[in-house]
Amino acid sequence: MGPMDPVEPDQDLVAIGLLREPVRRALYGYVASRDGEVGRNEAAEAVGVQRGLAAFHLDKLVDAGLLDASFRRLGERRGPGAGRPAKLYRRAAREVAASLPPRAYQTAAHLLAEAVEQAGAEPALYDSARRGGEAAARQAAGAGPPAVERLLAARGYEPYPDGQALRLRNCPFATVAHEFPVVACGMNLAFVEGLLAGLGADGVSASMDPAPGRCCVAIHGLAEASKNNND
Amino acid sequence: MPERTAHHLAQVNIALPRAPVDSTELADFMALLDPINLLADHSPGFVWRLQTESGNATEIRPFDDDRLMVNLSVWASLEALRNFVYSTRHLDVMRRRREWFHRLAEAYLTLWWLPAGTLPTIDEAKDRLAHLQRHGPGPDAFTFRDPFPPPGASRRAGAARPLLAG
Repeated sequence: MGPMDPVEPDQDLVAIGLLREPVRRALYGYVASRDGEVGRNEAAEAVGVQRGLAAFHLDKLVDAGLLDASFRRLGERRGPGAGRPAKLYRRAAREVAASLPPRAYQTAAHLLAEAVEQAGAEPALYDSARRGGEAAARQAAGAGPPAVERLLAARGYEPYPDGQALRLRNCPFATVAHEFPVVACGMNLAFVEGLLAGLGADGVSASMDPAPGRCCVAIHGLAEASKNNND
Repeated sequence: MPERTAHHLAQVNIALPRAPVDSTELADFMALLDPINLLADHSPGFVWRLQTESGNATEIRPFDDDRLMVNLSVWASLEALRNFVYSTRHLDVMRRRREWFHRLAEAYLTLWWLPAGTLPTIDEAKDRLAHLQRHGPGPDAFTFRDPFPPPGASRRAGAARPLLAG
């Protein structure tokens, strides 16, 4: 299914509904929070349930399309007697979304992105994004450098430290960014710059620093600025 | 295990600078050229790029309008090129391109397949770009957004990866 295809509401609604169950939700949350694959035992221990129960829930999440599963030999041995390959889980690559009443914001985003590109209106979009980031930051709790990571996490960016930088694991605009990277990533950078300005996070800056499998923006100066804030 | 491909991907794009390359307006772009070209050279799947002794292609003006610059390169796959263009520091150059280059009304970038081990000529590149501008994307000239598979690609190419790892 592509982003312009009509939404299948029932399938995704059912999948999201499965997360009602607290243990299942905790297991999903744990696997989703890890960067990479997770085995049943690790997930069971992290959540505090028996392995069998964890496997039951994890497999239900795979069936619903919320997790992807793969098999990998964890040890060195091969051939007969080497033991079964381990089943590993990761957050599903496919986006699962449901809106009631039905909404098609992805379709709108694609059409708008194409129009911006055709019209060469990126500067206007980036200005709008910067103002939008400032507005979003002003509505958020907290201010200054200490509030940066919390606000980015609240907005779904999944920040993580990488040396002196703060990087973002999740791209909130993923499908649009895949089709219109310059429009979407430029918009994203401007939006994050706006967030930082709106928080009054002096000494903290954002730059474009993409790599496969992560958001294009990196945050710099956070450690230093937080230290200065505390002095 | 990746299949041995019989084809490489060629890429051409044209650009119309807002000012001469030795102007202050183009200074930031010219300063980025060497590092970005070095990045390309070392990117996975990079095969070749057009350059003069300067190490870049900015001196090459193959059109009647001699302000028009050209970029021509060859990659092992579409994904390798896409990765370089949009998932490295090159993305920021794309984001800033309006500082240095005019917006062009027609298509400015074309992709096409050529036999592995061969290199495109500038004339071929111009023909492929004209083809895209005239006919839109097709097997002989296409874009990232409307890609076409290499000639004779097997039906298994692009199939979803099986659940069980080998």
